[in-house]
Order: sequence, then C-alpha cells, then structure tokens
Amino acid sequence: MVKLGASGKLDRRDLTRVLFEDRGGMLVVAGLGAPAWDISAVDDGPQNLPLWGGMGGAAMIGLGLALAQPDRTVLVLTGDGEMLMGIGSLATIAHQKPRNLSIVVQDNEHYGETGMQETATRHGTDLVKMAEGAGIRRIMLVTEASDVPALKAAVYAQEGPFFAVVKIDAASLPLVLPPREGAILQARMREHLLGPKAHLA
Amino acid sequence: MNSTTIESAPDAAADWPDGLYDLLKQYNVRQVALVPDAGHSRLIKRCLADNTLRVVTLTTEEEGVALMQGAWLGGDRSVLLMQSSGVGNCINMLSLSSIHRTPMPMIITMRGDFGEFNPAQIAMGQATQKVLEAMGTIVHRADHAADVVPTAEATLKLAYNTFRPTATLIGQRVLGAKTFGKD
Repeated sequence: MVKLGASGKLDRRDLTRVLFEDRGGMLVVAGLGAPAWDISAVDDGPQNLPLWGGMGGAAMIGLGLALAQPDRTVLVLTGDGEMLMGIGSLATIAHQKPRNLSIVVQDNEHYGETGMQETATRHGTDLVKMAEGAGIRRIMLVTEASDVPALKAAVYAQEGPFFAVVKIDAASLPLVLPPREGAILQARMREHLLGPKAHLA
Repeated sequence: MNSTTIESAPDAAADWPDGLYDLLKQYNVRQVALVPDAGHSRLIKRCLADNTLRVVTLTTEEEGVALMQGAWLGGDRSVLLMQSSGVGNCINMLSLSSIHRTPMPMIITMRGDFGEFNPAQIAMGQATQKVLEAMGTIVHRADHAADVVPTAEATLKLAYNTFRPTATLIGQRVLGAKTFGKD
C-alpha cells in the first residue's frame, strides 16, 4: 500500500517505488525536477532517463522511445507543470496510438522547483479531461491509495496509450540526484537496448 | 501554383522532393516528425505512403525535437520537417541535443525570404538561421533546386555521425514566393 503524506494525499516517492517494483524491462522517462529525483531515489540505472531540461518534452520523448521500442513498456512520469507546458503532445500521442506508452502525472498542483507557485491544476484545470479530449481513451484519476494497484496494472498492460493523474502530497522530499551528464544518461539506455553496437551507430 | 492557398509548393516538375524521400530511405530514417508545410507537401505524401516510416504530425515543432531525442534513445533515426516559422517554436527544446548529444537533423522550407509577399513571415524568416546557430545547429542553405538533395544529405550525415542538431534551409528562391499579382 502506498504511504500518504501529511495532507492525506499520496506520497510521491512511495508511489514511484510501487510503480517500479518488479519493473522488468520497463523504460522510464522522468520530467525535470521532482519526478527525476523520485526515479533516481527508487531505482537509478540504464532503464531510466531522468531529464535535466527540455521542459514540456517528456511525453514526446516517451513517444519517440515507445515507437522505437514497441515491445517495451514505456512510462513517462512527470509533474503537472511539465505536462501543462507540453499539453499539445497529448493530441499527437492520441493520433499515434502507441500501445506501450503510459503517462503518469504526479499532480501536486504546484511548481515545486521554483518556490511552490500554484499551477493551473490548483485552479480547476483537469488534466484527465484534457487527455480524454485529446483523444486518449484509457485514462484514470487516482486520489486514493486503494486505486494504485489498478493504476500499476494499466501502466504495464501495453493497451495504451494510457494517461493518469495522481493527486500527490505537495511536500518536497530529500534530493536524490541522477548523473548530471546527459550524454551518459542517453548512452547508458542505448547500450542497454542495443548492446555495445549502440556506440558505433 | 495553387490559387487557393497563400503558401507555395514546388512545381510538379521539381524532382528534389522525391530525392529527399530517397535520402530518408538511404539513411534508414524511421521516424519523420513534421508540422505540415506546402513546400514539403510532396515529401510528406511520399512518407505517409510508406509504412516503414512513422510519420508523426505534431501540434508544435518543439514536440518534434523531443521526439527525436526519444527516437534516438530507442535506436531509431529521425528527422524533423518544418517551415522556418516553426524554428522559433523549437529554441529551448533544442537544448536536449546539447545535453544528451542527440542527432537532430532538420529540413526546413524558408518563408520570409527571397521575394516574400507576407509581412508576417519576415521577422522569423530573417531570424531562422541565427536562432538555429545560436542553439548550436550547423546550418546549410540550398538556394537552387540542384543543391537541395546534396545539402540535405550533408545535414543527415553531420547529424548522425557527429551527434548534434543540423539543418538544411531550402530557400524561397527554390520554392517560389506567392505575390497575388503584387509583382
């Protein structure tokens, strides 16, 4: 069962831990900021691409990866601010219909890295409805720990594209930083997927 | 030239769009990201008819930059087709290439260039090359039909072999500028 934060909402890092348990071959792209620290705290390695930049691009990086690796489950784990910046990509993804792509937004209704300014989701913007309106058929809003097993099953089902928002506690957790050199982050995943020939491409 | 749109497409006798398609095949490109442009319409049609190419139609060009990052991460070569005005939408996202050293070739049809009619195209058209270069892109221009394919080939080679953003700008002199009788 996923732990709850002081607000009674889900704890972001414990949610990440549960999503990563027995991850098998699942590849994960994490939006910049707290989602990148979360995946690094739980399980850093070549199956992860934690982003240091490219705000608004996480879902599209996930799409390119999912199209290139159609047999792998690809999860984009990102925040509400990052998703809002790239919201049009939901239409692009709905159009492409990648079965193996899931997007999970950890929605704390704030810009966490910049001083906890409120995002639009704090003021009525519903990312699940936006995804549905973009044409993504499989959607979920998660507010309770008891919803998490169904969320996890959907992420791994390869019946996507799948889009979910999880309302999480807004607390900032201890920083766990991934490698800062982006060339290493990219090369390690390519080597994991393609073997040593990745570096001779 | 089509009299129902303000955009110019290459005339039917031009063979460089087919040459560009052949290059994409030769260089084993798998994902073709684009925001449609009249100048690329024939190339787009060829790509859509080829089920070994994945055409990803974007809502804004910066999505294509992120897609190229993901494609390379998964082992696919990709390319971004767009009009020069779309370059402005890509600026910050191009930092992904310098962060990760990702090949990001772009084939760009120019507006706001040679003989432009529409004042709204001028600002971005004139800034296109500077903006790309400011973000570390190696830019080459093709201002004659015969130069388009060799220049685009250099752009693909430079990107895939040296891991960076590269661009071919296809000049409006090649595409033709529409004037609505205001010659």
